[in-house]
Amino acid sequence: MSITNVLLANKSDLETLSYDAFRTRIKSDTVAGNRLVSFFATPSPSAPDQVGELHCVSIKSGRLCHFRSIWSSGVKYQQLTSEVHAIHCFEREVHEQFGLEMPGHPWLKPIRFEGKALKRMNDYPFYKLEGKEVHEVGVGPIHAGVIEPGHFRFMCFGETVEHLEIHLGYQHRGVEAMLPKTSLRKISPLIESIAGDTAVGYALGFCRAMEALCGLTVADEVESIRGIASELERIAMHLVGLGGLATDVAFLPGSSTYGRIRTAIINLSMRLCGSRFGRSWFRPGELRFPFLQSHRDDIRKTLGQVQKDISIINKLFQESKTVQHRLKTTGAVPAKLAEEIGLVGMAARASHLNRDLRTELKSGVYAKFPIDLITEPDGDCWSRGMVRLREIDVSIEWILKVCESLGDVEAGSRVDYSPRPNSRVVSVEEGWRGEVFHYLETGDMGQLTRYKVQDPSIRNWFGLAQAVKSNAIYDFPICNKSFDLSYCGNDL
Amino acid sequence: MNIVLILFQLAIILAGPIYMIGIINRVKSLWAGRRGPRLNQSWFDLLRLLRKTPVYSVVTSWIFPLAPIVILASTITASLFVPLVPGFAPYSFTGDFVAFLYLLGLGKVFLMLGALDTGSAFEGMGASREATYAALAEPVIMLTLGTLILASGHMSFSDLVIPQTDAVTSVLIRIALAAVMFIVLLIETSRVPADDPTTHLELTMVHEVMILDHSGPELAIVQYAAGIKMVLLAGLISALLNPFSLEHLPVLAMVVSVTLIALVAVLVGLTESLTARLRFRAIPLFTFAAFLISMICLVLVHSSQGTVQ
Repeated sequence: MSITNVLLANKSDLETLSYDAFRTRIKSDTVAGNRLVSFFATPSPSAPDQVGELHCVSIKSGRLCHFRSIWSSGVKYQQLTSEVHAIHCFEREVHEQFGLEMPGHPWLKPIRFEGKALKRMNDYPFYKLEGKEVHEVGVGPIHAGVIEPGHFRFMCFGETVEHLEIHLGYQHRGVEAMLPKTSLRKISPLIESIAGDTAVGYALGFCRAMEALCGLTVADEVESIRGIASELERIAMHLVGLGGLATDVAFLPGSSTYGRIRTAIINLSMRLCGSRFGRSWFRPGELRFPFLQSHRDDIRKTLGQVQKDISIINKLFQESKTVQHRLKTTGAVPAKLAEEIGLVGMAARASHLNRDLRTELKSGVYAKFPIDLITEPDGDCWSRGMVRLREIDVSIEWILKVCESLGDVEAGSRVDYSPRPNSRVVSVEEGWRGEVFHYLETGDMGQLTRYKVQDPSIRNWFGLAQAVKSNAIYDFPICNKSFDLSYCGNDL
Repeated sequence: MNIVLILFQLAIILAGPIYMIGIINRVKSLWAGRRGPRLNQSWFDLLRLLRKTPVYSVVTSWIFPLAPIVILASTITASLFVPLVPGFAPYSFTGDFVAFLYLLGLGKVFLMLGALDTGSAFEGMGASREATYAALAEPVIMLTLGTLILASGHMSFSDLVIPQTDAVTSVLIRIALAAVMFIVLLIETSRVPADDPTTHLELTMVHEVMILDHSGPELAIVQYAAGIKMVLLAGLISALLNPFSLEHLPVLAMVVSVTLIALVAVLVGLTESLTARLRFRAIPLFTFAAFLISMICLVLVHSSQGTVQ
């Protein structure tokens, strides 16, 4: 199987542009409709005159592109956000991590508070509205219920939200600094807990990157099993999301059923690999658990039952007039806005954008067994709910089809990792929420020198802030739930 | 006889809140495929709260601890005027329904003052929403009572609900007005689709958010008072639908009254099980539906009587 969602290059081979050409390329790529996947900086302490490198990863007609620019101390950085809005969060991150000045950046707010910046956490520059009837509502960082910490500041006019500002960074763990210092064998468990709800999505991205670096290949069957694991995670998380959405609009049949069905799915994961969240299922170059006839029968049986149950509750949920009343037109992000701010994943698909790496890159098992692209037209909470609801059906069908093609697969044996020295590898993986991005850099000895991770949430949080605008404040929880973003994935 | 009826009323008012909540939760549990808590669970919840020491925010004033007491006192006083069976209320006088409404209003004002006293943005929003709901529901109750006054010719609460004739229109009107009162009950007692009593989302709450800062016995008092209010409104509905009069079949009338109150609880449970919560902005329309039914009843009663008295 051809793996198209990983890009490996020697340090010297990587396409290198001058700073001006680099800027122009990003702008022209955006005009040409190429999708920006990531923009980041890496330091290069070895050469004295150059401060670091600027990298850009994008998708150009179904292919992953990666180019960079050497950023030397004499060059003045010019912000791109004013022209390419989708890059705003990346420039903010670069500004924060490298202290790069960005004069004229329209929204240079902190993304997280690393190191010394922690002291400035309470000085977050909130956007203020003035007026006698404007009131300010602060929610969090501690919330009711078991959810992650994040602060939301609403500027309201009566019940209407005029502006929402999302202040995250409470879960910063120093992931990117920790990873290169960890021995290669211990990285996998860490990767799986960067955002625990996308354990498989993260693990697969890391596995493929490491396999490219170490020149390992895995059997087609293993790729198929990886696909199954990834889709199982998608189904389970979509079920959680739908259950949450039903709970938040007080629709009892949904809130009491989706969660139960999800348990069937994660218990299936448990029987397949010993972990309900698919943790430790995969390691680079290695399948850790056998996949036998009994497992296939189990999948067929469980998914068959789930299919039956879910069609009943889906019908109730979709046909309930009150659910429609609550979700339709609420928190709408029109396609144009979604494209402009660079939404990714299921939130983008709900806004009618064709953003799904599984269909864009058709990597590995998705080339052999194409999966349907699901989009919805309106970009409102209903659309985000429906994308998830329909993706569950598609994923179940897909798993059953892939299962048919598989024979018995034995667990692999332990593999030794010897990464290629002086290389850079980029890997993208469509997790259930959206694209998970990894970038690994190796030094002279093949040791990891830089690990960059990017969760889809970092791009979609801004989408949530936009979605809530001019909606009612009591609709915020369902908007938030419909995006279902990760706080720790943003905070890293 | 009067003593029996007073004891009956007392028993319903005191035990009703526990069991109505119990029935609602049981119906919802069954609908969700669970067994659900025992019917008197909220009794144990209240006992648990009573054993706790209340905690006060440093910014609250004397209003805050006073509010629960006023709420409970006003609700219990209001319950004196309410006929749970047609023709009897422990205390009645001409125009007592106005006192009833104002007593409930007093409780509501103190609930809102207590919420505002905490200085929390959430509770302020909750108070503002509660005021909106009250402003929407009160005219509907007034119109309903007005229709009953016109139909019965009586001016006190207990006599208002006595069936005047057995004519089909009269029965239909009473059923329609009971439906109106049911909508009022959903709004006034913060049930789905007007509010969601089980939500943990402060931004969407109405009643729950106003009592976020109350704790211990005071929380128990507020919750209990809210339960009594529900019993009173359910009692009114049951009195409207009760076909038996106290004069002829007193025991049957009482039994039917209790059954009807329990049925109202079942109906609330079913509503919560089958519908999602409405948008806050749609609540005026929801109330308007009730208002309209009331209005049509008023016109029907008026035209059937021929002349205005």
